[in-house]
Amino acid sequence: MKVLVPIKRVIDYNVKVRVKADNSNVDLANVKMAINPFCEIAVEEAVRLKEAGVATEIIAVSIGDKSCQEQLRTALALGADRAIQIDTDQNLDSINVAKLLQKIVEEEQPQLVILGKQAIDSDNNQTGQMLAALTGMPQGTFASAVKVEGDKVHVTREVDSGLQTIALTLPAIVTTDLRLNEPRYASLPNIMKAKRKPLVVKPAADFGLDLTARTTLIKVTPPAERKAGIIVESIDELVEKLKNEAKVIS
Amino acid sequence: MSILVFAEHDNSELKADTLKTVAAAQAIGGDIHLLVAGHNCQAVVDAASKINGVSKVLVADNAAYEHQLAENVSLLVTELAADYSHILATALTTGKNFMPRVAALLDVAQISDIIAVESNDTFVRPIYAGNAIATVQSLDSKKVITVRSTGFDAVATDGNADVVALDKVTDAGTSQHVNDELSVSERPDLGAAGVVISGGRGMQNGENFKLLEGIADKLGAAIGASRAAVDAGFVPNDMQVGQTGKIVAPDLYIAVGISGAIQHLAGMKDSKVIVAINKDPEAPIFQVADYGLVADLFDALPELESKL
Repeated sequence: MKVLVPIKRVIDYNVKVRVKADNSNVDLANVKMAINPFCEIAVEEAVRLKEAGVATEIIAVSIGDKSCQEQLRTALALGADRAIQIDTDQNLDSINVAKLLQKIVEEEQPQLVILGKQAIDSDNNQTGQMLAALTGMPQGTFASAVKVEGDKVHVTREVDSGLQTIALTLPAIVTTDLRLNEPRYASLPNIMKAKRKPLVVKPAADFGLDLTARTTLIKVTPPAERKAGIIVESIDELVEKLKNEAKVIS
Repeated sequence: MSILVFAEHDNSELKADTLKTVAAAQAIGGDIHLLVAGHNCQAVVDAASKINGVSKVLVADNAAYEHQLAENVSLLVTELAADYSHILATALTTGKNFMPRVAALLDVAQISDIIAVESNDTFVRPIYAGNAIATVQSLDSKKVITVRSTGFDAVATDGNADVVALDKVTDAGTSQHVNDELSVSERPDLGAAGVVISGGRGMQNGENFKLLEGIADKLGAAIGASRAAVDAGFVPNDMQVGQTGKIVAPDLYIAVGISGAIQHLAGMKDSKVIVAINKDPEAPIFQVADYGLVADLFDALPELESKL
């Protein structure tokens, strides 16, 4: 079974972002970039499915300019078999990302598409669900366990009240939550091997889609700063302050 | 303009977050209808009809909607969408799951997780785990929006809306519910509690979370945890407060043994009053706390419980 794993290049999660002085966006100049953590979990899950003999081929796909080839090579080093870069320097809305991925799904006919549940830059949490709608596939979002059984995949989902398990008819879409797995580190031999794995570049314009922006980013501002309060010396003082000053307990 | 708001519920109880999502709809302005999609959910319908500002409650009561599977609910909402300029759902796991499907079926963008309304097409939402705040204008004719409930104050519940039953059933037939493992708790929901007390890695193990329980009982508080405590296996993930867990904004938030990683702060920094108890005076949590106590939590917690 073929597994498609779309991945996104984002700011490294350890880097604290700064807003540009003109409030046009965040400043990404000379900032360390990495594969989105949720996407890395998606790659790892696909690799585990292959190791378990369930998946036969893993295709990583990313949308962006040439720089996202770096993240595709990371996915190849982790165990993906080949990669596709959809080349564009446009900053696309999720709906347009989903439309491009729909084209790749039509070409590749994967039985399973595994994506991160959200990217840590735009925090949208949309692409997997949108791709599922466009392809008519069922979806298992926020997955903490994935089990393929015959023509179905059982997905255990992290929901507000606990865990929910659903059964989806393949082909299906899965989006990953944090506890699905712990991604491995790529070994040096695998990083070297990844350089020789196939990576195809397809210009976004070649897909014949209308990728006009659906949203305008008007401004980006830093969040309201919360001022540090006071250090209390004892539990007695804390309880007194909460009762009489903050008035949040009685 | 007409606005459709999806009611968040579990077939027996309407979630209080829905009242905040209706508040967001009121900020946009227009005739507001509420959709209750579920099964055997009359109690929810009764509660929904009392929400102020809602003129009509649409009810889709059918086995196909019992578990609010995204495939079925998104088809239902998409069919109803023709009559509405805006479609809103709370940014909890149900809304996050099916709403992007609705947006894609309608061929529009979704504006996720809004915390404020600037106008009927312009919204404010956090990005980069709350480290930046974006103002975004939707250029689509129909707006599909999820609402972060901590950004809005709940509307009152002394209204009297008309109730209309929908008889159309949309069952995609591609997904089935298998089972739920729900966490059972006598305490209030994390999202709805007026007081939240959370433990971090400093709690050392799951057993020690019992130290929080006595305090939670006295304050009527919900118990949360940092991602570090969840990752360490102390407590289940549904207790996680943070960017990757639940976003809370109670009147009082007590952080115990939590250092204050960015991702945790993103989930609780809108709380009205923050208390931090940590033995490390350099912990970043003290930079956002209104009241900080530098102490060993194993001494401080029993004393706090005895003095409440």
